[in-house]
Amino acid sequence: MAPTVSAIGGSARTDFIFMMLFAAAVLTAPFWASFIGAGYPDLLQKWAIYGLFAIGFNILFGLTGYLSFGHAAFLGIGSYAAVWSFKLLTMNVLPAIAFAILFSALFALAIGYISLRRTGIYFSILTLAFAQMSYNLAYSVLTPITNGETGLKVIPTDPRILEELAGVRNTAVAPTTSLFGVEMTGYPGFYFCAVILIIGFFIAMKIARSPFGTMLKAIKSNQTRMNYTGFNTRPYTLAAFVISGMYAGMAGALLASTDPLAGAERMQWTASGEVVLMTILGGAGTLLGPVLGAAVIKYFENIFSAFNEQVLNAMFSFLPEVLKEGAVAVAGLFVGEGWHLTLGVVFMLIVIFLPGGIMEGIRRVHKLFKRSDGSSRSGAAAESA
Amino acid sequence: MDAIVLQFLDGLAKGGNYALIALGLTLIFGTLGVVNFAHGALFMLGAFCAVTVQKLLTLSERVKDESITFFDAYKEIPYLETWFGDTGHMLIDYSVPISLLAAIPVMLLIGLAMERGLIRFFYHRSHAEQILVTFGLAIVLQELVKAQFGANPIPTPAPEVVAGSLDIGVWFNVEGSIVYPYWRLIYLAFSTVVISAVFAFLQFTTFGMVVRAGMQDRETVGLLGINVQRRFTIVFGIAVIVAGLAGVMYTPIQSPDYHMGMDFLVLSFVVVVVGGMGSLPGAVLAGFLLGVLQSFASMNEVKSIIPGIDQVIIYLVAVIVLQVRPRGLLGRKGVMEG
Amino acid sequence: MTVFNKGVSRRSLMKGGVALTAGLAAPHFFTKGAYAYLNEPKGGSVTLGFNVPQSGAYADEGADELRAYQLAVKHINGEGDGGMLNTFTSKALKGNGILGKKVEYVTGDTQTKSDAARASAKRMIEKDGVVMVTGGSSSGVAIAVQSLCQEAGIIFMAGLTHSNDTTGKDRRANGFRHFFNAYQSGAALAPVLEANYGKDRKAYHLTADYTWGWTQEESIANATEALGWQTVNKVRTPLGAGDFSQYITPVLNSGADVLILNHYGKDMVNSLTQAVQFGLRDKQVNGKDFVIVVPLYSRLMAQGAGENVKGIFGSTNWHWSLSDEGSQAFVKSFGAEYGFPPSQAAHTCYVQTLLYADAAERAGTFAPCDLGKALEGFEFDGMGNGPTLYRADDHQCFKKVLVVKGKENPSSQFDLLEVVQEVPREQVTYDANIPQFAGSLGSCNNGA
Repeated sequence: MAPTVSAIGGSARTDFIFMMLFAAAVLTAPFWASFIGAGYPDLLQKWAIYGLFAIGFNILFGLTGYLSFGHAAFLGIGSYAAVWSFKLLTMNVLPAIAFAILFSALFALAIGYISLRRTGIYFSILTLAFAQMSYNLAYSVLTPITNGETGLKVIPTDPRILEELAGVRNTAVAPTTSLFGVEMTGYPGFYFCAVILIIGFFIAMKIARSPFGTMLKAIKSNQTRMNYTGFNTRPYTLAAFVISGMYAGMAGALLASTDPLAGAERMQWTASGEVVLMTILGGAGTLLGPVLGAAVIKYFENIFSAFNEQVLNAMFSFLPEVLKEGAVAVAGLFVGEGWHLTLGVVFMLIVIFLPGGIMEGIRRVHKLFKRSDGSSRSGAAAESA
Repeated sequence: MDAIVLQFLDGLAKGGNYALIALGLTLIFGTLGVVNFAHGALFMLGAFCAVTVQKLLTLSERVKDESITFFDAYKEIPYLETWFGDTGHMLIDYSVPISLLAAIPVMLLIGLAMERGLIRFFYHRSHAEQILVTFGLAIVLQELVKAQFGANPIPTPAPEVVAGSLDIGVWFNVEGSIVYPYWRLIYLAFSTVVISAVFAFLQFTTFGMVVRAGMQDRETVGLLGINVQRRFTIVFGIAVIVAGLAGVMYTPIQSPDYHMGMDFLVLSFVVVVVGGMGSLPGAVLAGFLLGVLQSFASMNEVKSIIPGIDQVIIYLVAVIVLQVRPRGLLGRKGVMEG
Repeated sequence: MTVFNKGVSRRSLMKGGVALTAGLAAPHFFTKGAYAYLNEPKGGSVTLGFNVPQSGAYADEGADELRAYQLAVKHINGEGDGGMLNTFTSKALKGNGILGKKVEYVTGDTQTKSDAARASAKRMIEKDGVVMVTGGSSSGVAIAVQSLCQEAGIIFMAGLTHSNDTTGKDRRANGFRHFFNAYQSGAALAPVLEANYGKDRKAYHLTADYTWGWTQEESIANATEALGWQTVNKVRTPLGAGDFSQYITPVLNSGADVLILNHYGKDMVNSLTQAVQFGLRDKQVNGKDFVIVVPLYSRLMAQGAGENVKGIFGSTNWHWSLSDEGSQAFVKSFGAEYGFPPSQAAHTCYVQTLLYADAAERAGTFAPCDLGKALEGFEFDGMGNGPTLYRADDHQCFKKVLVVKGKENPSSQFDLLEVVQEVPREQVTYDANIPQFAGSLGSCNNGA
């Protein structure tokens, strides 16, 4: 496994600066993202939400080394819980998030309790089995609860008891999610997700720095030895599992908050695999890595898949005609309908050349600059960036 | 009664397929310690060997259909039929069995190239990284196949002689009630033969003995001056051939498409884990067990008692087995638990 | 991005980057307040969003839909031979774009998943400023995107979606469907099945276990039971099962003499191939030949199932071999452009694009509410299905439905289905509020 980035274990002061930089980068995303064609609410929301999901996943995988292949189940459970809260109680997002966290925590406790009795790939397959069962059932026999393939939606005539009691239930128009009157779509929705991402990031950082986090890292480096010393590691791993399940449930609730629809495919194994890939791609065990990994994968999915011949022709229009056709043909393999190919190639390149993911790439570039400075005094200050 | 016999038979045939795919996967775990997420893609490549062979055999003279003017529509008359008549027709008819011969060298080459070019750099990397790189490879392979063959399934029928079904009921004087397709019976027999061959190879040859010793304790065998690595490379090649042959034989049952490998990926991992990581007999046992259970769970009588059971049976069994037996049915302690 | 840049020269990258920035960084966000309705086009062009599956099992169908959309854009902009614009009874479109604005388009990959499809549609709405989204190859996705468009306030023109719910329970004021549905399949197929297989039959259903499968199962069972057929059993199979053998074995001794496969795409190719392997078609039950019926057909599916489709009945929305003027015009220009005939998915997508453009032209605006009114109750012809009505009550098109059969002796690689009957519109028309369809359109939404 890649060495953990030096940001973990930094001093309180560098942590504070790091945190501030992260918050600034996230909150200014609508501005800088527009330069790479990503400056629109939906993708920004997805960045924040999947970033949160990956941060949570990293608390389990990055710190303890337990590779869960079923985390998407909690994403789905969080979404369903949130949409049911919209349907039954109120369109306010806060109760929805609370319920999502509660339900995902309960499920994580049960699934984690059973799965954590095993380690290594046996653990992975157990989590995978639970997620696949959830997905298959949600798609078919649980349709009364999940609305199956079509997905669970809010409709004007939902009971929404709290709104009914307050006398503000309107059955004429399609209800929209809100935070005390502020609609949770578009940019307000993004800023809401962004704030939660920053809080989630902060908590993850605190966990990594805490004695609890140290314990988790010790479990990762040698669980057997810890068990031999008579130390019971399961409560710690279970706690990490539940916390990361709650992050996933929270992400699910945010997905439902920005777009009140919950579908079963959110729980499919490919969705679980996606968060694993995000985390490893960005750099497992680092704080920032999973967020970057999530951003890269969502960017590919939304932007690369949209490049069609028309866009490519415009992009290569500076080339002479013959070269242009060639360039469009070659590039066409990798974008548009071929965007999966690019993703596969990127996975391979990253893991072959940058085992620590994107974060290792950043670290190497950083080193390179430091060396070219010539007279780098002591690396200490830069090391902790 | 007939229904139960039939369902059991169907479970065995299914299990043969599961066992065959899981066998190669567990072989790679056991020898190289590599988690190969590209195994499903190798199965898919095998199936596309059959597609390619069929395409080559049916290279056709195109006779334009003059009644259609808006685009070029052709009736395709394969050259083989024009040149060799009935013999040519038979060759085309037997394209799937013929593909088996073609698939062996092709898959061996793919296997060796993959091991030498990629996998060997990942022996000492974490499982997560192995998963990422082989998953990336699987995506690349399937996208390349999609770019070449499209996303639509391609029909690859079995030879006409074995296209229908065998009435097994005749033997038990219950004519017409136990009917099972020839090709699935052939598949069952084929998987039994291949599994036996792999076991015999590992059990009764010197090569196999060294490999088994290497699986137990690689370092000691290495200290004896034996080049374990080269043998493991060959084992990888064998595992890839087994996956490829399974793919070829499966084409008449399920028309191949570029995504079929991914559909089997999760399943084959569950089979391997239920059997116990790195255990060959375990994988075979688990394959047949899950096949039979899945067949029974799909019976209407069972489904009416427990709705949706056919959707989750495989995973449910995995959970239960792993609670009772921590390392699967026949797994050894310490393998892939870290 | 740092990752992807490897291997591309810096110079080309910078140039590409400039083009990218110019093309992608739409300043949509700053100007939102000035619109009379969402994404009102202010310049000389208008953008449409084509949201089709480009990966996954329906990728080939999606590719064909995209070809049809591109062809439709060409024709609307006055390029090419004009295709169905020449046969379409409404002559509002002049070949100079829509309302004088040149038509441009953006594309996206639905991956046949509701989440991905909605993300893609949102990108089109939020970033690319489209006035209409169209596409689909799965009812779940179509319904998900339709409700998104309703909430956002733009028009959704459904592509291939066959579930009753799209214009039934889940109908929306901003959504319109030209494709036929499961109920119409049943209504069209039943008389043909009766004529060929008689009144005394026992049917066994294998159904894909999700909403589309269920609505089709219900519709076909109702239609066949009305003929006097019995339904022996209805068995649900998991989506994407691959191997259906464990569901086919019970059919053998069930006493049924008809197997109805409520599967689509890859599932149908596999279940049909495997059912034939099990010797079902060679069987005699109750003194009759055992038969298989596939209620929803497509040419791509027939291609995947190969020999096995021969003689099997089903229904489709349209087929390229139709000889009416409109179909001929479309097949001609599609064939000239791409070298092969269009699929039914391509046809419905092409027609939907023209219908949208025509409605905008007639309404004189892209505003969803006005445009929707122009589509509601619109009667037209010349689009390949005979006289057609866009019914105002549920935004469903009523037109001829084709009953087809797998061809015994194909004369070419495209000649896989033969049209048995063109079922007249009256026979497949139903009341908008019969129990299977009861739903509410709600009110139209202009967005801004």
